[in-house]
Amino acid sequence: MTLFGINFAIGVATGIILEFEFGTNWSNYSWIVGDIFGAPLAIEGIFAFFLEATFFAVMFFGWHRVSKGFHLFSTWMVAIGSNLSAVWILVANGWMQNPVGMIFNPETARFEMNSFSEVVFNPVAVSKFVHTSSSGFLFASLFVLTISCWYLIKGRHIQMAKKSIVVASVFGLLSSSFVAFTGDESAYEVAQKQPMKLAAIEGLYKGQTKAPIEAGILNHDKKPGDDQDPFIVKVKIPFLLSLLANRSLNSFVPGIDDLVYGNKEQNIEGVASKINKGKAAINDLALFKQARKEKNSQKADLALADFRKNQEYMGYGYLNTPEEAVPPVAIPYYAFHIMVTLGSFFPVLFAVFLFYAVKGSLTQQKWLLPIGLISGLLGLIAQQSGWVVAEVGRQPWAINGLLPVKMATTNLSAVNVQITFFMFLGLFTILLAAEITIMLKQISIGPEGGSLK
Amino acid sequence: MISNLDYITLQQLWWIICSIVGSLFLFLTFVQGGQTLLWQVAKTDLEKSLVVTSLGRKWEMPFTTLVLFGGALFAAFPKFYATSFGGAYWVWILILFSFIIQAVSYEYRKKPNNLLGSRVYELFLFINGSIGVLLIGAAVGTFYTGSNFTLDLYNRVTWDYTLMGINLRGLEAAFSLFNLSLGIFLVFNARVLGALYLLNSIDFSSTRDLESRLRKSAWTSFIIALPFLLYVLISILFMKGFNADSEGIISLVSTKYLSNLLAMPYLFILLVAGIVLVLYGVLTSYFKKSKKGIWFSGLGTICVGLVVLCLPAFNNTAFYPSKLDLQSSLTIFNASSSKFTLTVMTYVALGIPIVLAYVIYVWKLMDSKKLTAAEITDEESY
Repeated sequence: MTLFGINFAIGVATGIILEFEFGTNWSNYSWIVGDIFGAPLAIEGIFAFFLEATFFAVMFFGWHRVSKGFHLFSTWMVAIGSNLSAVWILVANGWMQNPVGMIFNPETARFEMNSFSEVVFNPVAVSKFVHTSSSGFLFASLFVLTISCWYLIKGRHIQMAKKSIVVASVFGLLSSSFVAFTGDESAYEVAQKQPMKLAAIEGLYKGQTKAPIEAGILNHDKKPGDDQDPFIVKVKIPFLLSLLANRSLNSFVPGIDDLVYGNKEQNIEGVASKINKGKAAINDLALFKQARKEKNSQKADLALADFRKNQEYMGYGYLNTPEEAVPPVAIPYYAFHIMVTLGSFFPVLFAVFLFYAVKGSLTQQKWLLPIGLISGLLGLIAQQSGWVVAEVGRQPWAINGLLPVKMATTNLSAVNVQITFFMFLGLFTILLAAEITIMLKQISIGPEGGSLK
Repeated sequence: MISNLDYITLQQLWWIICSIVGSLFLFLTFVQGGQTLLWQVAKTDLEKSLVVTSLGRKWEMPFTTLVLFGGALFAAFPKFYATSFGGAYWVWILILFSFIIQAVSYEYRKKPNNLLGSRVYELFLFINGSIGVLLIGAAVGTFYTGSNFTLDLYNRVTWDYTLMGINLRGLEAAFSLFNLSLGIFLVFNARVLGALYLLNSIDFSSTRDLESRLRKSAWTSFIIALPFLLYVLISILFMKGFNADSEGIISLVSTKYLSNLLAMPYLFILLVAGIVLVLYGVLTSYFKKSKKGIWFSGLGTICVGLVVLCLPAFNNTAFYPSKLDLQSSLTIFNASSSKFTLTVMTYVALGIPIVLAYVIYVWKLMDSKKLTAAEITDEESY
C-alpha cells in the first residue's frame, strides 16, 4: 500500500499537468474542440477524481476510524475511481484519433458536439479503453512479479513472494490474453479509421491485396514514392496483414504511397487533392467571416455553402506538401514491434513462473529470477511503446484529418516553451530520482516493516 | 426539464456552478494556509507531524476541486480556458508547478531516502500555500482589472504586454495593486482557515502549546488579511467596469460593479453575511476557545468567493475583459460551450449533490475521532 501511495501522488500530479497544458500550450486546440473535449474531462473531475480523493484517505488512514467493511468498500471505490478516470481521458483521446459526433460551426470557428453518445461510444475510444486498462492490469502483475523475484533473490519473505508469484502469474496470464484480444481490436480500428498509422507501424509503402506482414530492419533512406525496398532485412508472413486489418484474407491494405499519392483502382484519394479541397474550405471560411463583418448575408450564405462542400478536408488545407501527411515511420514502426514482441513474451514468462511455482522449485531456477526481476521494466517499456505508436503514429494530426498539430498550439514564442520544458525536465528528474530511491528503500524494508501498509 | 432550458439560462447556470466550485476551492485552501503555518506554529517534530498529518488527510480535496474548477471552465467556457490559460501563460504554469510540488511532498516528506530531505518538502508546501494561492488570487483579480489580449476572427489569442522587451504573458497581473491585494487577502484568509481547521481536527491533550499558537495565528492572520480585503472591496465599488450592451459591444462604465451590486442585492447580502461569518469564526476561536470556527469562517469564505466570482459576470458584464482590445473581452454569453454541450453537462451535474454527500459523509466519519499524538507514533501518519 505504501508503494501505491507513492505512485498515486505522482499520478495525481501528472493529471493536473495534462489539464493545465491543454489550455496553456494548446489553446487553439482547446478552443476548437473545447465544446466536445471539455465535457469528458469535467465528468472525469466530478465523478472519478472525487471518488479517488475521498476514499484514498479512508484507505490509508481509516483503519482505526471506520469499520472493516467500509475500509474494503473504500479500497474498491479507489480502484473503481481510477479506472473510471481512465474511461474519460481515453474517450477524449479516442475522439482525437477518430473525431465523431460533432459539426463545425463557422460562426464560432470551432467544432460543436451534436451527439454525446457517438462521442462516448466511439469505437476507437472503446477499444482504446479496454486495451489500455487491460495493459494496466498486465503491468500490475509484472510489477508484483518484479518485487517478488527481488525478495526471492535476496532470500527474504520467501513464502509471501511465492504466493504473490502464483497470484501475479494467473492474473498476468488472464490479462495478457485480454491485452492480445483487445490489441487485435485496436489494430482493426486503426486500419479502418487511421490507415496511414497502420501503414506506418507496418512499414507498408505499396498497398496490396492479400497483404503479408513484413518485419525487419527499416531502410532509412526510403522516402514515400520512391522504388527502394522499405526494409534492409525482413521476414514475411503471407496474408496476415489483410486478415488483421480487414478480417479478410483477400482485402486490400493501402500503403503509405497509396494514401499519399492516391490509388484510382482502389478508389483512394491522394493527399494533394485533399489539400486543394482543404485550402478551398479555408478560403471560403475567410470569405464567410469577411461577409459577416460587412453584414452581407447573401454573400455569407454563398460562402458558407461552398465551405460545407469541402469542410471535412479543412485540416489538409494547412499542409504544404502531400508528404507532410506521413508520420515519421521509424519511431512508430519500432515502437509497435517492441510492444508486440514484449506482449507475446509476457504470457510465456507467466506460464513458466506458474509452472515452477506449482512444481515448487521456483527458488532453484536461478536463471529465471533475474528475468522476472526486470519484467516490470519491460512492462513499462511495452506500455510506453504503445502510447508512442498511438501518438507518433497519428502525426501530423492533433485531431485526425481535421487539425494538424502545428495549428493547435498557443501563439507563444519558442523561448517560453523551452524554459517550461527545462523546468519540467529539472523538476521531474529530481522527483523521479526521489521516487526511485524511496521505492527501493520501501521494498527493502519489506512488508512487515510497515505492518498494515 | 433540463432539455427545455434555454441557452441563456444554461450559460448563467454554468457560471454559477463554476463559481460554486471555485468558492469551495477557496474554502478548501485551508490546506494551503495550514502549510504556510507549519514552521510558525509547530516547534517540535511531534507538533510538525500532527500538523502535516492532519493536513495530509485532506490535501487532495483542494487539489481535486481545483482540477474540477479548471475542467468545468474548460467544458462550459472553453473560450475563457483557451484565452486565459494560453494567454496568461506564466501565471498558470507557475500555479501548476506549485501544485505539482505539493502533490509529492506529503508522500515523500517523512519517507527514508527521500533524496531532498524533509525541510525541502516542507518548503515545497510553503511555496504552494503562499505563491500558489497568491497567483490564483491575482488571476481572479484580472476579472476586474482586465488583461492584455486580443482575439482574431478565429478566436486565437495574442498576448501583448512587454517589459524590457520580454512578453510577460500574464505575470504583469501581479503588478496591479488590486490583483496583488486580492492575492494577499486570499493567502492570509487561507492561513486563518488553516489555523481554524487544525484547531478542529487535532486532539491537543498532549500539546497545549500548539493549540494556543494556532488560536493566536488565526487572529493575527485575520488582522493582516482585513486591510487587503477592505482595499479590494472599496476599489470594486469605485472602479470602472466592463459593460456589455445588448449587441455585445463592450465599453468602460464608471462604478459598474457598484451598480451590479445594487442591481443584484442578494449578492450584497451574501457579501455582508460572508464577512460576518468569517469574522465570527475567528472571534469565537480566539476569545471563546471554540473548535468550530472553521465551519463559520469556511462558509463565510464560500459566500465572499461567490460574490467575487459572480459580480463581474452577471448583469451584462464582461468577466474576462481585455484592456488592449475591449471588443475581444469575454462574457458568459460569447465564451460558453454550445447549447447542446451545456445541456448534456447539466444532466451530468445532477451527480454533484451525490458527490458532495459522500464527501461530507466520509469527512464526518474520518474526523469524528480527533487526531492524537499516539496515532503519529503509529504507522498511519505522514
